[in-house]
Amino acid sequence: MARAVTTKTKAINTAIAWTIAILIFFPILWTILTSFKTEGTAIADPPVFLFFDWTLDNYATVQERSNYFRHFMNSVVISVGSTVIGLIIAIPAAWAMAFVPGRQTKNVLMWMLSTKMLPPVGVLVPLYLIFRDWGLLDTRIGLIIVLTLINLPIIVWMLYTYFREIPNDILEAARMDGATLRSEVIYVLLPMAVPGIASTLLLNIILAWNEAFWTLNLTAANAAPLTAFIASYSSPEGLFYAKLSAASTMAIAPILIMGWFSQKQLVRGLTFGAVK
Amino acid sequence: MGRITLDQVQKKFGDVEVIPPLDLTIEDGEFVVFVGPSGCGKSTLLRLIAGLEDVSGGEIRIDGKPATDLPPAKRGLAMVFQSYALYPHMTVRKNITFPLKMAGMSEEEKKRRVDHAAEVLNLTDYLDRRPGQLSGGQRQRVAIGRAIVREPAAFLFDEPLSNLDAALRVGMRLEISELHERLATTMIYVTHDQVEAMTMADKIVVLRKGHIEQVGSPLELYRTPRNLFVAGFIGSPTMNLIDGDEAGNHEAQTIGIRPEHISVGDGPWQGTVGVSEHLGSDTFFHVHDTGLAETITVRAPGEVEHRAGDTIRLAPQMDKLHRFGSDGLRIA
Repeated sequence: MARAVTTKTKAINTAIAWTIAILIFFPILWTILTSFKTEGTAIADPPVFLFFDWTLDNYATVQERSNYFRHFMNSVVISVGSTVIGLIIAIPAAWAMAFVPGRQTKNVLMWMLSTKMLPPVGVLVPLYLIFRDWGLLDTRIGLIIVLTLINLPIIVWMLYTYFREIPNDILEAARMDGATLRSEVIYVLLPMAVPGIASTLLLNIILAWNEAFWTLNLTAANAAPLTAFIASYSSPEGLFYAKLSAASTMAIAPILIMGWFSQKQLVRGLTFGAVK
Repeated sequence: MGRITLDQVQKKFGDVEVIPPLDLTIEDGEFVVFVGPSGCGKSTLLRLIAGLEDVSGGEIRIDGKPATDLPPAKRGLAMVFQSYALYPHMTVRKNITFPLKMAGMSEEEKKRRVDHAAEVLNLTDYLDRRPGQLSGGQRQRVAIGRAIVREPAAFLFDEPLSNLDAALRVGMRLEISELHERLATTMIYVTHDQVEAMTMADKIVVLRKGHIEQVGSPLELYRTPRNLFVAGFIGSPTMNLIDGDEAGNHEAQTIGIRPEHISVGDGPWQGTVGVSEHLGSDTFFHVHDTGLAETITVRAPGEVEHRAGDTIRLAPQMDKLHRFGSDGLRIA
């Protein structure tokens, strides 16, 4: 029997949900608001919330000082590239782990996840030296390689979880129907795993888009994505909050819009298998 | 053609031997049922034949050709799964077409075969639906349709009716039997339900712990079970097994008598009626305090009235008595 929900508890729950949502969203909102203030209003004490002279100057300045479009393209190429390559490697890996697990499969999965617990700074120096010697510093391909590798465990894990939900019987039926491994994967497994693959893809684009440690340390000018573009506004000469906010808003806008339109897919993918 | 030969076929999972070396020949066109309790290895044996599991030893031949190392796709067999295993993202038509697509058949031929199969299985009106929009029986028919379009050397059925309700099960049982009549293709059918085995099979293979206990026609198994296990497994309700003095009187360790071979009335045995089950066509009495076994089940034709607690006399048909030695084997 469904529990009766009274109007009062409903109201309280709604209030709590809204409060938490606003708390989480507030920093983003504040950044967006600040981007429309002058540098003076941005650091005003007490802070000004909505009633200030709205200006687009910061955006103009930011656009003048740096090439937003180049950084944007770098971000797109790096995040999409690393995600697509990651999926190409992870799909066969997750297939093997989900459908023909060996004795060490669980351990391999745990080991892969454990690499995410390593502080990235611990491998910065060796990786930097390798990149320098191989001429990969400040190149898109170099960043694609690094981001593919650091996100690969998550991609494999997510796909593994989705694949595990697919009954083995169906793949065996395909085998009995004369499907080769390739046709089995293309015609049966992948179409059934579309929600899972789509949410893995979206999540990884977001992760790669927002990744700052490696993108800041391994790029200078040519391959610098939007994260480096934001960082260039927090400089030792002084903080320019309004300009920094304008740059941030421009950097997060594309991914925010993408996330907004794909939220249904993301939620469906992330809760895949939780509810039958 | 679909003659399947298993020669010393063996299966181990790690150190556990699920199927000790075993020989079996399935003739072309035969309807063979593998039957046995859960965990007896019947499904594993079917999967070995299908190629979904690798054998640990021995050889499988299909029509005389070695198939042991062939992948499932190359064995020319079709399988119907307990879970139906339909492709949920494809329409019924696409599900049935899938094996033909994999075989690279022409569009015309695909359409002709699928339409024919749909007609045979009463699926014509459902071709554009997805499996999720079908009932259990319809899904099972789609699974069968997917199997028959390929015109395989043999059909493998892995407990195909277990997920259906009782009424539907009887109907589908008949449909599968009729299909076998019509196609005359080898069928191997796995079930734990001995009624399915008895009603459908040309030949029953009774398995226990991976061993073949007996192979024979349904009536052979019913009339001359080779050992106590087969005697107890085949027949419903199960055979009454009696140890002790009464068995000794017949120079056996154990004697067995089926419920239908005991009549109520004048006879040498006596007991108290416990539960009686009235089916209309038959009445089953569970009789206690006979001094023979804890319960003796008796089948009386038609409607027979005896209340719980009534004392009745029982007359076994002595020529229908089965005798078993101390090793559990039948004494001729």
